Amino acid sequence: MSQGGGRRARTLNRAFALKRHSVLPGFGWTLGCTLLYLCLLVLIPLSLLFFRTAGLGWSDFWSAVTAPRVAASFKLSFAASGLGAALNAVFGFIVAWTLVRYSFPGKRLIDATVDLPFALPTAVSGIALTTVYSRTGWIGQLLEPLGIQAAFTPVGVTVALTFVGLPFVVRAVQPALQDLDPEAEEAAATLGAGRWQTFYRVILPTVMPALLTGFALAFARALGEYGSVVFISGNMPMRTEIVPLLIVSELEQYDYQGAAAIAVVMLVASFVILLLINLLQWWGARHQRREGV
Amino acid sequence: MFRALTARGALATAPSRVVTRERAPVRWLLTGAALAFLGVFLLVPLVAVFAEAFRKGVGAYLASFTDPLALSAIKLTLLVAAIAVPANLTFGLVAAWLVGKYEFKGKSALITLIDLPLAVSPVISGLIFVLLFGLHGALGGWLAQYNIQIIFAAPGIVLATMFVTFPYVAREVIPLMQEQGCEEEEAAISLGAGGWQTFRRVTLPNVKWALLYGVILCNARAMGEFGAVSVVSGHIRGKTNTIPLHVELLYNEYNFVAAFAVASLLVTLALVTLALKTVVEWKSRTAQTEFLPDLHNRETPDEDRTAEHLQDVWQLQGAQ
Repeated sequence: MSQGGGRRARTLNRAFALKRHSVLPGFGWTLGCTLLYLCLLVLIPLSLLFFRTAGLGWSDFWSAVTAPRVAASFKLSFAASGLGAALNAVFGFIVAWTLVRYSFPGKRLIDATVDLPFALPTAVSGIALTTVYSRTGWIGQLLEPLGIQAAFTPVGVTVALTFVGLPFVVRAVQPALQDLDPEAEEAAATLGAGRWQTFYRVILPTVMPALLTGFALAFARALGEYGSVVFISGNMPMRTEIVPLLIVSELEQYDYQGAAAIAVVMLVASFVILLLINLLQWWGARHQRREGV
Repeated sequence: MFRALTARGALATAPSRVVTRERAPVRWLLTGAALAFLGVFLLVPLVAVFAEAFRKGVGAYLASFTDPLALSAIKLTLLVAAIAVPANLTFGLVAAWLVGKYEFKGKSALITLIDLPLAVSPVISGLIFVLLFGLHGALGGWLAQYNIQIIFAAPGIVLATMFVTFPYVAREVIPLMQEQGCEEEEAAISLGAGGWQTFRRVTLPNVKWALLYGVILCNARAMGEFGAVSVVSGHIRGKTNTIPLHVELLYNEYNFVAAFAVASLLVTLALVTLALKTVVEWKSRTAQTEFLPDLHNRETPDEDRTAEHLQDVWQLQGAQ
């Protein structure tokens, strides 16, 4: 009887314990240090943003984030980020495909340079893209006869946002393509499917979760981007002003609350995207499990 | 009959599976599209930086670095990286030990929180510190009383950089520590090693490549951060400009040669980072295949490996 009670107590203890027992020392202080550092550097400053906005009141908040200039910048930011991410989804997929499936000279070097937008400081990519895409630049002068002006227009903003999101789709899709089972493709071919049919009936559905994850990551990164856009956009209010830029200009006018209100909307948007990415990954994992069975 | 057989034999041993390969024109088209896309978006801007930097010759290029403003920007950037990178290295290791070696409630929430700064726009990362320490910020009045300046000064730049580079080391080391589990550490502890000794002798060698990669990324981001630093720095010439802010200043003054010359410094840093990343990835891949016994092509029998391993542990005990 007492033995059974002891066992029950132990099970209860295990169920309610903060952590499973471990012989390794240091749980307490590593937990304390991590939480302290996280709170001081990240959580408290970030939550202050929400407190600051809460002091504004609902109607003031609403008018601050729906003013025509703010609305125009939200529209541009979402449209250009979406377009950039879509471009990356198409071409990033092709890049990942060629890197995984084909071999050509310099392939490893090209594979390594895909990460350049991660490593290059945004200010540098900003001035480089502006120079290349300006009217007299190497690519800008080729676009000029076609009637396209890239620098200082929404086109330029999209170019910069495509640049910063470039590695995400490639790096998300690459492992998914590598893990593809060649037998499924062989089976499709045996059953008489053409290459294109095999692609969109067999390969694309399997790679879809990874592709969407890459798209969402590229979109989220583009939404918050500042440095590479600020030079190429020309920063004209209502026309080429993206949201992060608007936050900076509100700050320069010491309108802290207006800046905080816009920032809160941006933060909520990126958290929603983060949540979607997590859901996508969960979906992808389930997809794989189902296929494994 | 004989010819048909050899033909079939040749097909069977053909290296590429013909049915799962596109026709040559399609392959060329796709490869061409991929290379064109990368060329237009990556290669051309990269080459443009060096072309613009050397437009007026090597002398003008080198002169851009002897400018006292450039030197003070380089000094400030090195100072910021020298504080932010070790701080986040220490945090990353502590957090990775916590997440990798223990099972506790709220662990996945903690991992999400560690990744949080990656989802925050750089501008907002700067803004939150202005709201906290700025003149009209939450602690602004109190700081002004004691004449402490954080925003528009070096401490603000360090804080914003620390925030932005916060997850880099942790997110490289955590997955590896989780994968490796804690059997080796438990063996060391049961043989009498202390916690610090176990960490230094067992855990650290196992994660050294991932750790190095995390530090490289963290450093690259710390030295190159623009948005967050731009918001908190105040752009005071010769005092609160980091290298990227100095590039912006030169560019806005139409001093293009100097702007691109200083920018080429950051490009070189980025290229070195990418090269080191490639080396580290290669090293960690070979280290991993050494770590995991290869079932098909084993060079040393299992007993030998175990003996080797035990020897390590004995050495460890002897050192105590």
